[in-house]
Amino acid sequence: MARIVGVDIPNNKRGEIALTYIYGIGRSLSQSILAQAGVDKNLKVQEWNDDQFAAIRTVIGDNYKVEGELRSETQMNIKRLMDIGCYRGIRHRIGLPLRGQSTKNNARTRKGKRKTVANKKKATK
Amino acid sequence: MSRSLKKGPFIAYKLERKVLAMNETTKKSVIKTWARASVISPDFVGHTIAVHNGNKFIPVYVTENMVGHKLGEFAPTRTFRGHAGNKR
Repeated sequence: MARIVGVDIPNNKRGEIALTYIYGIGRSLSQSILAQAGVDKNLKVQEWNDDQFAAIRTVIGDNYKVEGELRSETQMNIKRLMDIGCYRGIRHRIGLPLRGQSTKNNARTRKGKRKTVANKKKATK
Repeated sequence: MSRSLKKGPFIAYKLERKVLAMNETTKKSVIKTWARASVISPDFVGHTIAVHNGNKFIPVYVTENMVGHKLGEFAPTRTFRGHAGNKR
């Protein structure tokens, strides 16, 4: 078990994959971090030595926003939109999609679980 | 797709002219406009612009955070009052 930037504990996986357990790091960023730190991306985390750990930590610390810092930045951006009262901010507030998607059906990611309306009248002939 | 950098942001010419004239005389009055597609430029900060929403003019007080957004984003064109039976 190893710790990088706080709580993340990637384990017996290849470095390239293990780093993606950190919020804000995907496959491509993970590869570029390992390249900058001079660590082979196929090396497993348990095979890293202390120098390599230090190199990876400095590369991430100096260049990239990850974990809490990144989350709070995202939250700040959303809050800004809501505060200025623009269309996207309003959509954030009421929990609907922001980018003009249809909301007649679907849009469940934003709207959450279906809320069934009781006694919805069927159209009578 | 974003707009060509060569052209720069779209700022309605007539609106910009009126705002710049007001900046020069340091006078403040509400400007009515239909130019919802116009980008808010830094010159607009501090002015109130009445943006048409298809029915009437919505007064929008421009703050620094709004720069780079479009005027129409601040004047909603639809009113949603909630679904039937949805008690508020």
